[in-house]
Amino acid sequence: MAKDELMNYEKALEMFEVVIGLEVHVELNTKTKMFCGCRNEFGDEPNTNVCPICIALPGALPAVNRTAVESSISIGLALGCEIAPNGRFARKNYFYPDLAKNFQTSQYDEPIAFEGELTVELPSGSVHTVQIERAHMEEDAGKLTHIGGSTGRIQGAEYSLVDYNRAGVPLVEIVTKPVYGAGTEAPELAAAYVRSIREIVKGLGVSDAKMERGNVRCDANVSLRPHGQEKLGTRTETKNVNSLRSIERAVRYEIQRQAALLAKGTAIVQETRHWHEDKGATSAGRPKSDADDYRYFPEPDLVPVQPSKELIESLRAKLPEKPGDRRKRVQAEWGFADLEFRDVVNADLLDQIEETVNAGAKPQAARKWWTGELARIANSENKDVTELEISGAHVAELAQLVDAGKLNDRLAREVLTYVLAGEGSPAEIVAARGLEVVSDDGALIAAIDAALAKQPDVLDAIREGRMQAAGAVIGAVMQAMKGSADAGRVRELLIQKANA
Amino acid sequence: MSEITPDLVRHLAGLSRILVTDEEVERFTEQLSLIVDSVAKVNEALAGVDVPATSHPIPMANVFREDIVEPSLTQAEALSGAPDSGEGRFRVAAILDEE
Repeated sequence: MAKDELMNYEKALEMFEVVIGLEVHVELNTKTKMFCGCRNEFGDEPNTNVCPICIALPGALPAVNRTAVESSISIGLALGCEIAPNGRFARKNYFYPDLAKNFQTSQYDEPIAFEGELTVELPSGSVHTVQIERAHMEEDAGKLTHIGGSTGRIQGAEYSLVDYNRAGVPLVEIVTKPVYGAGTEAPELAAAYVRSIREIVKGLGVSDAKMERGNVRCDANVSLRPHGQEKLGTRTETKNVNSLRSIERAVRYEIQRQAALLAKGTAIVQETRHWHEDKGATSAGRPKSDADDYRYFPEPDLVPVQPSKELIESLRAKLPEKPGDRRKRVQAEWGFADLEFRDVVNADLLDQIEETVNAGAKPQAARKWWTGELARIANSENKDVTELEISGAHVAELAQLVDAGKLNDRLAREVLTYVLAGEGSPAEIVAARGLEVVSDDGALIAAIDAALAKQPDVLDAIREGRMQAAGAVIGAVMQAMKGSADAGRVRELLIQKANA
Repeated sequence: MSEITPDLVRHLAGLSRILVTDEEVERFTEQLSLIVDSVAKVNEALAGVDVPATSHPIPMANVFREDIVEPSLTQAEALSGAPDSGEGRFRVAAILDEE
């Protein structure tokens, strides 16, 4: 992959205005697929959730999943969209083996929902309203695995294997209008927007919303134009960016790459680009071409969807609280300061902390674990903290063990690594590994005496009120007991000794 | 007259993954022109008449299936008609243009 020339980010923003557009695909968590009764399930044996409809055997007739339609309407309503009184499906024709039909059943000129908006808050606290152009129903495609070729890249592949379990899974594609005015914060806005979409669909219960499983996927369009120019610049579309952090990075990268080209007078090629998480770069995919002539036409096998006013209003009445309202509520419930809360939101940890608090942890302890130690571990493993294999219940249990004095901070961190390694719950690990803190006075006093033998002046210092002198002894006791001493108890015992 | 040109026929053939000879391009250009012109007559007949476009001949809407799991094919059944398969999956020619 050729290395792109990048312009300094601040300079790029001085020279150009950034315009972004986002397409978010949300996989619905219905029990069955969009047009057939096959199971909608992640991770099953390949080609076991398939039938004549979703592998396109001749004569098969699709039928629309009622729940998928209702979920789509709910998403539209949550985004403030109008719901089309008459919507229909269309065939998007293309030859690619990820769908067996040679077309994707989608919506084209009559999407189920249109003209909405979503207000998102950025890490800096600034608030933007993103205009939604449309949300339409379609089906997901199958999964291709490319085999052979020396580089492992598709260009060298000798053949491809197709699993159609995912083909026909209901998708809602949400498309924004061009988004202006975020300035230097365009990458953050892109990520914050997708985060809000995720919160909404999760809150609605219509999607599992796990980005790492591809339940929510984002294509990011980026174009630049000189400040003051009316006409939009040529855009690129970076496909399938699958974490919030990647979205931010990919948009930032495209801004810097395009700015460097434009500054040299080189035209931007309108093309699909691919984000490479490992390299932190995008690369050119195929250019927009004749192959994108999708020849949409109305799907003759499906009749129009005409949701009644009653249905729409009953779905509207069931909408959960808006993400912004929820944030205000939980911040008040948890008593977090604005800055603390902003860190939580930006780290995408609302759900985790809510789960942890609901499992019995104090809100501040939950916050401290998730934004502190767990975020640090995730960062060191180059992951999103939300991808860590740990539940809120486990974090709550850990916090409670610390509160009860059974673990000190150091031991708790150690236990955490074992939880992440899949050894079980914190309590199970403490029992299995014998990791409880030593607060047995006999053992502690012996260690204190040993430490005092080497530092005999400490007791005098404590008597004179210089408590900082105790630190050296506490440290020595800790070291002698390999970190498992109850530091608070050691301190108490030292003071008792000094005053004896 | 319609706008069907030999180049358009080649383009359509490409989109449809159909190999056409020059002789066929010529023949299809004529035939497709005839079809498009014939259909255009419907528009002439309807000029000035307010008829909404329709995508379905029968006036019906809202035909839904409940979200209930129905039996799928087995993997062996699913793959039984495949020209080639491997590892429980359909095996197809290498894909050359994506990612």
